[in-house]
Amino acid sequence: MLGKTAGALYWMARYLERSENNARLIEAGFRIALTRSNTAQAEWRSVLVTAGSDRRFKEAHGDYNSSRVVDFLLRDPANPSSIISVVKQARDNARTARTYLTREVWEAVNTSWMTLGALMKRQVREDDLPDVLAAIRQQSAQVRGAWTGTMLRNDGYNFARLGTFLERADNTARILDVKYFLLLPSVAHIGSSIDNVQWETILRSVSAHRAYRWLYGTEISALKIAEFLILYKQMPRSLAFCCDKMLENLDWLQRSYGQETEAGRMATAICRDRLSRPIQSIFDGGLHEYITDFLRANAALARQIERDYRFVE
Amino acid sequence: MERAGSIQFFDEMQGQGGETRTPYREFCEWFDAEEPSRIHRKAQQAEAFFRTTGITFAVYGQDEADERLIPFDVVPRIIAASEWRRLSRGIEQRVRALNAFLHDIYHRQEILRAGRVPTELISRNEAFLPMMMGMDPPGGVYTHISGIDIVRTGANEFYVLEDNARTPSGVSYMLENRETMLQMFPELFAKVPVREVSDYPINLLRSLSACAPPMCGGTPTVAVLTPGIHNSAYFEHSFLADQMGAELVEGHDLRVVNGRVAMRTTQGYKPIDVLYRRVDDDFLDPLNFRPDSVLGVPGIWDVYRAGGITIANAPGTGIADDKALYSYMPDIIEFYTGEKALLPNVPTWRCSEPEHLKEVLDRLPELVVKEVHGSGGYGMLVGPAASKKEIAAFRAKLEANPRGYIAQPTLSLSTVPIFTRNGLAPRHVDLRPFVLMSPAGITITPGGLTRVAMTKGSLVVNSSQGGGTKDTWVLED
Repeated sequence: MLGKTAGALYWMARYLERSENNARLIEAGFRIALTRSNTAQAEWRSVLVTAGSDRRFKEAHGDYNSSRVVDFLLRDPANPSSIISVVKQARDNARTARTYLTREVWEAVNTSWMTLGALMKRQVREDDLPDVLAAIRQQSAQVRGAWTGTMLRNDGYNFARLGTFLERADNTARILDVKYFLLLPSVAHIGSSIDNVQWETILRSVSAHRAYRWLYGTEISALKIAEFLILYKQMPRSLAFCCDKMLENLDWLQRSYGQETEAGRMATAICRDRLSRPIQSIFDGGLHEYITDFLRANAALARQIERDYRFVE
Repeated sequence: MERAGSIQFFDEMQGQGGETRTPYREFCEWFDAEEPSRIHRKAQQAEAFFRTTGITFAVYGQDEADERLIPFDVVPRIIAASEWRRLSRGIEQRVRALNAFLHDIYHRQEILRAGRVPTELISRNEAFLPMMMGMDPPGGVYTHISGIDIVRTGANEFYVLEDNARTPSGVSYMLENRETMLQMFPELFAKVPVREVSDYPINLLRSLSACAPPMCGGTPTVAVLTPGIHNSAYFEHSFLADQMGAELVEGHDLRVVNGRVAMRTTQGYKPIDVLYRRVDDDFLDPLNFRPDSVLGVPGIWDVYRAGGITIANAPGTGIADDKALYSYMPDIIEFYTGEKALLPNVPTWRCSEPEHLKEVLDRLPELVVKEVHGSGGYGMLVGPAASKKEIAAFRAKLEANPRGYIAQPTLSLSTVPIFTRNGLAPRHVDLRPFVLMSPAGITITPGGLTRVAMTKGSLVVNSSQGGGTKDTWVLED
């Protein structure tokens, strides 16, 4: 397949994943803003930082007014990470890779661009926000369903999956990066509980507050939350899960093309060195340093994939 | 039924009199028995279907976000088997003549020596590509794909309005219109014997593959070259690539590697044998043509000359569909085939000739004036529909550059009804059949694309000017 097409599938998947992640961040932020108005500003700021849009927002708007932040994150065309921008870029990439998509997948992507565009034509009122966020989730579920049900499991499929997991790992790591300071103080005092609302927000941002409960019961500790998000392999948004999947996709490509790649080696190294160790050792070395290093390695892997598979010249 | 206006036009469903013409009988029986509200609902479904499928086009100069649908009308345009036989013979003759003409113009130029076409019409023509002189395109084919625009003015009167020998578009609409009709009214196709169009993509692939270049080893690799997703016809480019199972490439996916044009794949560069390009000659090769072009492939021309790639349509075919040359088509057909043209031309005044110009200027309000190099219905004057001011402005343009224009009488284009809120209403139509040519022969898909002016009385059917389309049925014998 064309390198450009592989790249378009990969980016289509990244943008779709990003739209869903950002919707989840908005949802968690909105919840805090409603329930704890005194921390709302700080919470919106951390949402913007996680979405990589803080500087752009500050330049354009200044203070973290709830409805302005939400509008910026949902539909500002000048914000390349807004849901509208991201869905448009997903669709543009789907158009570029159109010949590799089934009719079902293309129509699902195109429909979500049309539906969300229509829903967000005007500024979304606060009481409509839950519906809009639900629609975003629903649209992305539809794309995923069409994708899983109709796509051939070929190289194109694997490139798109790579995009999904790379983006997802990046997102989970960013959430940790922004929130690690909340997790840190409690490590010193084993057993001391961290701020309930805050940890819940972290878990909500990865749609996992219930999963955590099932797994760990009422025990809420920084160590456990970090373990859950970083190392727990059955949790579909954990770093370990994402990197395992990436390794599978890269292995598939290497086998199918009969060609080992630097990206394959890098992904192996990430799984081996960063994700096969106990959580305590990660905390001992410094959670912040760990996350920073992971983000760097993940970004380097992304660049290497583009090079190895000739997405661009 | 609503009338088209004071002049009586030939209506393909009702004829001149008002009794349903034979090809439409079965359709009309069905239609009369249907609830209009059901058809209306189906028509809305069709629109939703076009939107989700992404059969949209961007209008140049408009907001990027503004993707438009070409209006689709649910009433088919129906052509009898005998009518089609006659049309297809004329079309085939014309396409053969166009190819013979192109070969001649780029070789011995017999037709110029014989004085049947003025030399300066070729030598001073921007569409003439001197680099093609003496070149033999693989398989001897110049116009692999052409579209011959046909209009009808009476029960037995058909004219060729224009030849499209560069990169005729619209074939995806022909195919999707049929697909839509099949989905909406499957029962109709059980009732009326309509000839299939769906084998166009496979015929296109066969036809292109049959023109593989000398350096091709094995099964030819075919690719479609598009300017990219922002091009107004991108849907069609991706549709055709998809249907043929060919790669859809842009200039930056291609480069010359080891004397072949190759595409950048995830596993390195792979040679292409046949390139169905949907970019103009000017943009093909920045080394040999326009240096500022980013759409093409530097060096493709040298590969082409060495027999490393087939470019479809061949560079330089534009000289054959030039509007200034159009008026010579009857001579061209006779010169190469020894036969009279089976399908007549529309009488045409060449504004480059002083006597013609004078007559055109005198009769401007009743004529249609077109730019020699224009397309898409831009920059033309439809005299009877224009205001005094518009005519005056056009007169000035014409006087300043007579060579740039031709004029034709305003034809009383036939009408076919469209479905409106108030029932059926006649609208003017034209027809673009699509013709494939390869060393194995000429293939014409039965029917083609029917374009329809959606506005009452309008004669402009171009989609860029608000025109719509219809499914076109050629009936089985």
